[in-house]
Amino acid sequence: MAKNIKVDVHHITRVEGHGNIVVDVRNGELKQCELQIVETPRFFEAMLRGRPYLESSHITSRICGICAVGHATASLRATEKALGITLSDQTVLLRRLNFHGEIMDSHILHTYMLVAPDFLGVGSVIPLARSAPDVVLRALRMKKLAGDLCKTLCGRHTHPIALTVGGFTHFPSNDELIALRERLEAMRDDVDATVELFQKLEMPAFERDTEYIALHKDDEYCFIDGVIASTDGGTWPVEKYRSVTNEDIVPHSSAKHCRNQRDAYMVGALARFNVNYNQLHSKAKAAAIALGIKPKCTNPYMNSVAQIVEIVHCVEDAIILLDKVLAKGVTWEDPAPPARLSGEGVGACDVPRGTLFHNYVIEDGRVVEANCIIPTGQNLANVEADMRALVPTILDQTQEQITQALEMLVRAYDPCISCSSHMLDVRFE
Amino acid sequence: MSARPKVAFFEFTSCEGCQLTVLDALQDHPELLDAIEIVQFREAMSERGQDYQIAFIEGSCSRPSDEAKLKEIRAQASIVIALGACAHLGGINAIRNRAPLAEVRAYVYGDKAEWFETYPARAISAVIPVDAVLPGCPIDRRELVRAVTHLLQGRLPYIPDQPLCIECKLKENVCVYQRGKVCLGPITLAGCDAICPTYGDGCEGCRGLIAHPNLESLRLVMAEHGVPEAEIEAKMTMFLTNQMEALQEAG
Repeated sequence: MAKNIKVDVHHITRVEGHGNIVVDVRNGELKQCELQIVETPRFFEAMLRGRPYLESSHITSRICGICAVGHATASLRATEKALGITLSDQTVLLRRLNFHGEIMDSHILHTYMLVAPDFLGVGSVIPLARSAPDVVLRALRMKKLAGDLCKTLCGRHTHPIALTVGGFTHFPSNDELIALRERLEAMRDDVDATVELFQKLEMPAFERDTEYIALHKDDEYCFIDGVIASTDGGTWPVEKYRSVTNEDIVPHSSAKHCRNQRDAYMVGALARFNVNYNQLHSKAKAAAIALGIKPKCTNPYMNSVAQIVEIVHCVEDAIILLDKVLAKGVTWEDPAPPARLSGEGVGACDVPRGTLFHNYVIEDGRVVEANCIIPTGQNLANVEADMRALVPTILDQTQEQITQALEMLVRAYDPCISCSSHMLDVRFE
Repeated sequence: MSARPKVAFFEFTSCEGCQLTVLDALQDHPELLDAIEIVQFREAMSERGQDYQIAFIEGSCSRPSDEAKLKEIRAQASIVIALGACAHLGGINAIRNRAPLAEVRAYVYGDKAEWFETYPARAISAVIPVDAVLPGCPIDRRELVRAVTHLLQGRLPYIPDQPLCIECKLKENVCVYQRGKVCLGPITLAGCDAICPTYGDGCEGCRGLIAHPNLESLRLVMAEHGVPEAEIEAKMTMFLTNQMEALQEAG
């Protein structure tokens, strides 16, 4: 069927940051298919140069208001590896717990407030406050608990304060942690209701197999450290991230494109689910069955569903982590000191949107080289590959329907564009 | 101002964390949605109303093409409020202003630097008149709720001009200088409930300077505590690059 379609979505809504979707079909042939990143360049890597190493995590958390804890943690791990710092068991537990707060916070924001309106026929969560107040209040309640978890551990979710090189500058009381544990247990009803809600939302049917990449550990569902692992096989130490991310600059994007073993790869909740399914909590696995998702899932729209599975996991694992911390009781301890003031380190975390790398070279306590590679940047080539595969299969639909399918596809990736527009791979000379 | 004013949110160079803080304020104050009508909020909604009276603007102006959009917002809104440190001060973005622009661009984008337009990061007040400011990185939720209350009462948000140390003392925090850290509390505008010292870190100055900061006195305090000159310089230029530059120019 010869058909002309022109999709031009300027500043796609309900995503973080500024992007345009441009699709041009002439006589049934796909001429142009781009997710343009028009976010202003931000230059964080250049900003870090010359700054004291203790500032790096506070500066880079400002890359993103949604994944501020993730950036801070990746930044701290880069610095700690560069300076030979070994963390206490308590620090490792508290950081993981803090991270769960961010994953929950971000996923609740994305699934309830950014994605769900597409399925409920509204433009935003605001009309839902009147038509489905119980759903909105549940989302706000869950998000508040996730935020309070972060607040208890690091002062606030955007932007964390107490996270510092080698440990923490503030500690929660045992009573505060006990109260959090009680609230997390009480949240299980809301989590069940969330799974029930997303069972009813039918994701568009679209499959395109790709390479899925996530951090991996054998003994936990990995968000911090670990090795880089791929569904196409292979693992890499995080220090070898450049051999996985292989970035290119393209003219239509202030964020670079990445490829590993294929033309593109995907990171994020769906990639983690596909790579690390075995490490999920049993309740999260049960939720996955209820939600009709199993590895390896190749429908990118299911990324939002994988996020629901991760919410279940994080609630359950946070309770387990709290029990571990409370078994010993919280100890006020000084941050672990640096063994040296010069060195190079790579910090890697799987933040809500996927694998994040920070790489610093520090000399005499000052950052001299910095490179950050952000999840959304890694996903851009894959989003476009999905768009190119999807458009020809829906050409019989109206322009409006095609536009919505594309917007929903981009939204499913939960892009964080403010982050990505400076995710440029800086080569150290 | 109408009974339920129409409000729009915009963002320029920023992390959008201040707008997220607005969303988070709804957790405790869902009644805000009854008090104001949000007609534009790209991060959270698809509707795009153009008939707003109040504009909250997050982010710095960091490229020439942002100026026209800022002027367009100013032309529509009766009240423009800078939301957070990036819009208020240039914020963290202004760190890069301290190095030559060509060097900064080349470091990140290599020989493709010309593809992406940029210039030094500035407060939005450098481009358009601003009626009020909600300072901080990020903004303070309670201050936002108070600001909306003020607006509904037909007045501009008011932030008392007093240093952070006052709030910190009221919280009975141990002074972070006594804990061996550097703090900009004596010169920084209060209103965040001294959140950084409360969580064990020194104030970084994200809310900007009080009206008459005694910089010399603060430098003496820092010197007494043996803070190296380079560290003082770093502290003063994390959020305050543009304000320090303006002070120097003013002599």
